[in-house]
Amino acid sequence: MRDDLRDLYQEVILDHGKHPRNRRHPEDATHHAHGDNPICGDRVDVFLTLKDGVIADAAFEGRGCAISVASASMMTELVAGKTPAAAEALFRGFQALCTGHDDADVPGVEPADIERLEVMSGVRQFPMRVKCATLAWHALSAALSGEDRASSETKGGEA
Amino acid sequence: MTAIAPSPLQPYDVQAVRADFPILSRQVHGRPLVYLDSAASAQKPKAVIDTLTEVMSAEYANVHRGVHWLSAAATKRFEEARTKVARFINAADDREIVFTRNATEAINLVASSWGRTNLREGDEVVISWLEHHANIVPWQMLRTEKGIVLKVVPIDDRGALILEEYERLLASPRVKLVAMTQMSNALGTINPIREVIRMAHARGVPVLVDGCQAVTHLGVDVRELDCDFLVFSGHKLYGPTGVGVLYGKAAILSGMPPYQGGGDMIARVTFEETTFKDIPQRFEAGTPAILEVIGLGAAIDYVSGLGLDRIRAHERDVFDYANRRLQEINSVRIIGSAPERAGILSFTMEDVHPHDLATILDRSGVAVRAGHHCAQPLMDRFGVPATARASFGLYNTREEVDALVAGLERVREIFG
Repeated sequence: MRDDLRDLYQEVILDHGKHPRNRRHPEDATHHAHGDNPICGDRVDVFLTLKDGVIADAAFEGRGCAISVASASMMTELVAGKTPAAAEALFRGFQALCTGHDDADVPGVEPADIERLEVMSGVRQFPMRVKCATLAWHALSAALSGEDRASSETKGGEA
Repeated sequence: MTAIAPSPLQPYDVQAVRADFPILSRQVHGRPLVYLDSAASAQKPKAVIDTLTEVMSAEYANVHRGVHWLSAAATKRFEEARTKVARFINAADDREIVFTRNATEAINLVASSWGRTNLREGDEVVISWLEHHANIVPWQMLRTEKGIVLKVVPIDDRGALILEEYERLLASPRVKLVAMTQMSNALGTINPIREVIRMAHARGVPVLVDGCQAVTHLGVDVRELDCDFLVFSGHKLYGPTGVGVLYGKAAILSGMPPYQGGGDMIARVTFEETTFKDIPQRFEAGTPAILEVIGLGAAIDYVSGLGLDRIRAHERDVFDYANRRLQEINSVRIIGSAPERAGILSFTMEDVHPHDLATILDRSGVAVRAGHHCAQPLMDRFGVPATARASFGLYNTREEVDALVAGLERVREIFG
């Protein structure tokens, strides 16, 4: 029982949760989307700056639990420098990771990136928390496709 | 009505009470279940579970219809439950009890039927900052439809209603209804509802009371309160889900048009014209929640058998103990410190989001709610996105509070 909790709240997650990276609102962001989890009231705003076909900068603002903040923080680090297609692929890989599906099959995902996200895989044992982990990614995906909102309870609801 | 008034001298045997609730003997994550989420929905005593089985096994048919024996038997059980509800809240007349799907539907019924008939553009409905979304959104929908104005009575930093502000809002001649909770589901604050009603009536304004929490934690006497409407849900009163109650004074209900149309609510239907039944059937279109209503009757028997006074005293003891124990934890902040509170403790922990806290508690077998408790404006008022909420029912114990505290220590251990 206790191991499940330690898997979920690993040091890396607690660190990102307490000291989130890229929590800011860049003035020159080209893409933005707001993510809502109406069940718990968690909110996240994801800001992307696309330059020359890549995500030059990713940042977020928001409030939420340690899982959602840590996930947003790690996401901003990982997608910086990637093309939108590569970021979308990583999102799919991350979804697979969180829901316990085989993540090796998602094409276009760098194994090193998935390895870094592996630390979040503890949510598999906590189905109620998967939406916390994926909220920022849904917002990222919405921003990339030109939408300004994502909700954990609408189309993004499938984790 | 089968309940025998218990002697006040008889001690409250919480272990015996717990034995009446089969679910309380189960384990969660390998730990004994500590259920501190009764404000969301209460667990069910064996008496309720058995009643549902018994009715389905022996006395089930549709009600108010067939001439056959079973239908008559089921109708009798169903209408007996109405009488039990009426007595439980001391209504003058069984016809004042309307069964709905839940308390939310009961408020929507009033907003839709009474509100559409009696409210005009610019008319004001007064609610409070302590309301559940169920007592906010239906009025907002009516605002969109009819152009009514919603006025909100503020609360102070303790989470107590500011009566002076209420009086100020009441001074407007456009106020046509007060809709207010008797007890906050998020903070446990008990509103001075008698005073609220008295002040409204002094200006000829009717009052709807949201009694979801009050009915189970405090007991409600509608004639003593003199409220015009009271709503509550069955499942928070240890009864089944799917049934709620709207109490309305007969004179007011009689003047209201139907809420929904269909079977069971009509006197005569032709394609040209339909005449409606009298209250309460006028508001109960379609086959009602027959089993659930009868189950609610069994729950009321159970609660009455224990005695509301004794339940209240027991819950007070557990609440006071929990309040004290949580205050001893430095990093815990209790949200709401109104002088009159019961049954519900909302709190936050420094540097820990309520969801993380609830997840960790859950692994210790402790079930608390984390979130906005369907009271987002209230969360905004206290500057928190969410809280953790421990709520206590007639079966909770001091030992369970200790388990909560031990779980919170575990949270500190993980979050440092």
